[in-house]
Amino acid sequence: MVLYALISGILIGLFYGFAALGLSLAFGVLRVVNIAHGDVIVLGSYLAYELSTQAHLNPLIAIPVAIPVAVVIGLAFYRLIAPSLGRSKDPEMLSLILFFGVSQVIEALATIGFTVNQDTLLTGPVGNGSVQILGQTFPNYEPVAAAVAVPGALLVMLYLYRSRLGLATRALMSSRADALLAGIDVGRTSALSFGIALALAASAGVLSIYVNGGVNPSQGADLTTTAFAVVVIGGLGNPGGALAGGLVFGLAEQFAQSYEPNWAGLVPYALLLAVMLAKPEGLFGRRARYA
Amino acid sequence: MPNVAAGASGQRATSAQIWRRRAIDLASVLVPTVLFALARTVDSNLLLLVSIMVYVVLAQGVNVIYGFTGYLPFGYVGFFGAGAYGAYVAVAHLGANAVEATALGGVAAVLVGVVLIPLLRLRGAYFAIASLAAALALSSIVSNPAVTSVTNGPYGADLTRVFSSGGSYWTAVVIVALAMVSVVALRRSRLGLLLRAVRADQVSASCAGVNVVAARTGAWLLSALLAGLAGAVYAWSISVFYPTAVFDTTISLFAIVFALFGGVGTVLGPVVGAVVLYYVYNAIGVNDPQYFQLIFGVVIVIIALFLPGGLAALALGARRRLGARRGLGGAQPVGGSDVR
Repeated sequence: MVLYALISGILIGLFYGFAALGLSLAFGVLRVVNIAHGDVIVLGSYLAYELSTQAHLNPLIAIPVAIPVAVVIGLAFYRLIAPSLGRSKDPEMLSLILFFGVSQVIEALATIGFTVNQDTLLTGPVGNGSVQILGQTFPNYEPVAAAVAVPGALLVMLYLYRSRLGLATRALMSSRADALLAGIDVGRTSALSFGIALALAASAGVLSIYVNGGVNPSQGADLTTTAFAVVVIGGLGNPGGALAGGLVFGLAEQFAQSYEPNWAGLVPYALLLAVMLAKPEGLFGRRARYA
Repeated sequence: MPNVAAGASGQRATSAQIWRRRAIDLASVLVPTVLFALARTVDSNLLLLVSIMVYVVLAQGVNVIYGFTGYLPFGYVGFFGAGAYGAYVAVAHLGANAVEATALGGVAAVLVGVVLIPLLRLRGAYFAIASLAAALALSSIVSNPAVTSVTNGPYGADLTRVFSSGGSYWTAVVIVALAMVSVVALRRSRLGLLLRAVRADQVSASCAGVNVVAARTGAWLLSALLAGLAGAVYAWSISVFYPTAVFDTTISLFAIVFALFGGVGTVLGPVVGAVVLYYVYNAIGVNDPQYFQLIFGVVIVIIALFLPGGLAALALGARRRLGARRGLGGAQPVGGSDVR
């Protein structure tokens, strides 16, 4: 049982980390709290569902389909809200309320489009079957989720640490004013980061339909809470931290489910509260480490 | 209100202004209370009226904590559920009557508020999400099968023994009055002044000798009390309920949006917001919740982007413009024109 919980916790934890990356990026770069993050994940799940049931494609194809769409929507949406955020005395609070509204709109539209019922993808290449790892049997989707999450996170790291735009993004993370002074196009860099954040959320949604046993419109709020917990545990604006936070979260959840199933539901919230109150900069974030 | 503007600018108010202010305060408490007391002669659906009153109280509770401190409690429903279950435990285990149980529901919520005081160390989004996590954790504890002997766990609470539709109705009217008095008193009291100072500039306020933590804690516990009383009277009026119903995060959502829509930081804004939007909800939201949610979401986005003060700001802006046109208007002739 220890081995099972350990492996399952790592595999699912990597997925959680990936699912939280976009939230971490948006918060770190833009100081925008995307309460609608979980709802974008839900939209990604529905895209995978539709591609699989209507077009009979491998649901994983939804990831390359979702990324450009999400980036374009993110770019446009950020341009739309940037003036209001710039005018506000407290942009963080404004973004909180604004995205709270956006999350309601997405959930309502998803309900109108797909009904409140849970949709599952039990068939197809990812949904059924299981694999053996170290003598333990795991459902197929757990290693698949981890196999998408790790390269995904590596790509984000490559972007942040090995590209010029990534350098600009990190400059923005550490100080918006200094970035402006250094001649960085803050508007464009911010908009692009928001687009990437949405693309990450939508890609995570393609995996979420398996990991969370299906998709329904009201999942968004829970997914946002989970992602926020992971980000808080790992520290903000740092992809490595998000993955590490995801691992802590996944392991805690899997061990709780194995040993104390009655109280397992409490674990995410207790973990979130404990980390926030004891070490608000995150377990893996050094205060000064913004890049 | 021009007279308030004069008072706030530091000039000594004349006695006529003081009396006028008192009359306005009294009216803001009495008008909603009397209207709700009379409402049963117009609408015989008492459960609907109690629900509206419950949301009026919740919106005022959000007003107290968000309007006066800037802390946005996504987990506000935690106090509501604590109140409902406090009332249940009081009736089922302590043999309390319904009114005592309602009061004990309020006490239970205040106790939860005391336990959660450390959350006030967090700010902005951290506080909002942490309060949500706390509410979900509380819900998960209350509904756990392991505590069935206390809360009846996931199997629901039964208060039919003390059911009284008239009794819960009148108690709700009293709680609405209490909520109105709280907000009016908070606006006029020293605590309210301290909180506004903290909101304007925390560091300066603390340098001027304001105990920032104590002032915030006061507002936090007051808003917990209001939500607890609302939860208890709601539990009493529906009499059979499950943890999922009284810890439903939609309740936080409604309370926050009603308050924002009406205008936080004002006395009557949350009341108007709650009554208007709850009637809209009742008209379309019960059968087609998704369309109501869509309207709701759009309203929030519009408030966030264009109307941070809610309906109250709209009304105030219109009044100032009118006053400026008539040439009356002690209401800042310059400020009046750039309210938009």
